[in-house]
Amino acid sequence: MGTEIYQERPKITGKKYFGQDYFNLSLYCPTISRKAKPGQFVEVKVSSADDPLLRRPLGIHSVKGNSFHILCEIVGRGTELLSGKQPGGYLDIIGPLGNGFNFRHPASGIRHPVIVAGGMGVAPLVFLAEKLKETKNSKSKMPISVLIGARTKKQVLCEKEFKALGCDVKIATDDGSAGFKGRVTDLLKYLLRAAILKPQAIYGCGPKPMLKELAVICKKYRVPAQVSLEAHMSCGFGACLGCAVKTISGFQRVCKEGPVFNAQDIIWQEDAV
Amino acid sequence: MPSKLSVNIGRLRIENPVMVCSGTFGYAEEFRGLTDIKKLGAIVTKTITLRARAGNPMPRTCETPAGMLNSIGLENPGIDKFIKEKIPVLEKSGVPIIVSIASDQDIDEFPALAKKLNKINAVGAIELNISCPNVKHAHKVSGGGRLIAQDAQATSDIVRSVRKATRKPLITKLSPNVTDITEIAMAAEEAGSDAVALVNTLIGMSIDVVARRPKIAQGLAGLSGPAIRPVAVRMVWEVYQKIKIPIIGMGGIMDTESALEFFIAGSSAISVGTANFINPRAATEIISGIEKYLRSNKIDSIKELTGSLKCRS
Repeated sequence: MGTEIYQERPKITGKKYFGQDYFNLSLYCPTISRKAKPGQFVEVKVSSADDPLLRRPLGIHSVKGNSFHILCEIVGRGTELLSGKQPGGYLDIIGPLGNGFNFRHPASGIRHPVIVAGGMGVAPLVFLAEKLKETKNSKSKMPISVLIGARTKKQVLCEKEFKALGCDVKIATDDGSAGFKGRVTDLLKYLLRAAILKPQAIYGCGPKPMLKELAVICKKYRVPAQVSLEAHMSCGFGACLGCAVKTISGFQRVCKEGPVFNAQDIIWQEDAV
Repeated sequence: MPSKLSVNIGRLRIENPVMVCSGTFGYAEEFRGLTDIKKLGAIVTKTITLRARAGNPMPRTCETPAGMLNSIGLENPGIDKFIKEKIPVLEKSGVPIIVSIASDQDIDEFPALAKKLNKINAVGAIELNISCPNVKHAHKVSGGGRLIAQDAQATSDIVRSVRKATRKPLITKLSPNVTDITEIAMAAEEAGSDAVALVNTLIGMSIDVVARRPKIAQGLAGLSGPAIRPVAVRMVWEVYQKIKIPIIGMGGIMDTESALEFFIAGSSAISVGTANFINPRAATEIISGIEKYLRSNKIDSIKELTGSLKCRS
């Protein structure tokens, strides 16, 4: 158990808005930036007051040298307060937390990885694409494919970032305002059935019903899939036992044994909200 | 110098009066690297039962104004696995270990659990969790559905039965969900408890108005955090008037100032709970904060602070 966790007060070095509801903070934090693995997250204190009381778990979005980014959607009072933080200020964070994706293929690197993101699920997957690109077998001609699902065109996030990494990006929106009309899992099903994609590994992050569907598809097409679960957490480092998920080997902590699980290990029926 | 802060809980002497509450510090290994564990006065473990418990369905926790609700359901590996796997890890910290125990089916499990802990030197004391609001007790002694800690006679019977089974110091953890907590505290003292710990969580409920469902799967859950602090301080003060044994005060302690409230109200030691989730260094920061407070107020020993409340007439 040599994984190090730090409580730090990094400086906010940049802030970018995407529309009204999304923002990206860059944090200068050598310790966490160097140790972080894709799929890991940090716990952020959004206010120094006792209310809201708990930290907010946010996926590590991207790492550049000694800095890392978090991407956040304003969904409630906690994220609203966080959105008020400005460059030059400091943030109380704990991380890196959780297990992260396993993205190294034993021998040659994963030849054709496919990333499937639903909604805010894109947040940790950009970091994953960065790492996959670094470690990918250079002889492989297949790019990293990324499927992004969102409600409408306005909610499609990180398309540019993935493209800048050389990924082949496909979009699905519920209302058809961009790309494929339908759910991102329907798009994946179509691409697999038509053999347009022949992935050796699928990485997913998004709402639970989407990940459940992803598990079903991956089982059918016999593709190993890792999914990163979202959960309400009280601590984020395994102490409170509040964020457990039912798996084939009993309850596991989303924050500690996860948030990344093999899709087939999760008992979805009892837990799909 | 350390004697300034040291206190006794029965025969257990702790180097400083700051502990961490059961269920909020895991088995200490989760906090390695996040805080200086060996500085703590004592570590109270997650509650252990005779058999392993899987715990309650999700969702188990939710945030509330300046607090949180939890209904974990005493998830734990069972006493034998705990002794084999967790005690060796806890032992390494060098800090006295207080093992929290509870029964889940039969009250005879309390003395049975205590006997299993007798041989283990690292176990400095045993805490009787008779006040967890999140497990359904079928104990005949407390009447169906009630907590043991809601019944003075039941409390007395349990403490007596464990007292016979062990010489380890006993701490009885009390529930705030009672009409008069002093009655229960006196029953515990009279039955041979070495100390009382108060308070456990307040029973609460939070509702998702869109789904019209409770936010916690079990419906009811235990409220903790700063939201309950004034209730806890009041109860410590009430109990302090009625008993001689030490009080371990807890309930929403976040920092030095809130810890000091509990000492002044009558606590001999305090325990940090929910704050561990938010600031893993809270307990160690409080230890240095108390030292500083004693120094600047020229108080020789923390014992002088206990119950030093000046009442307004």
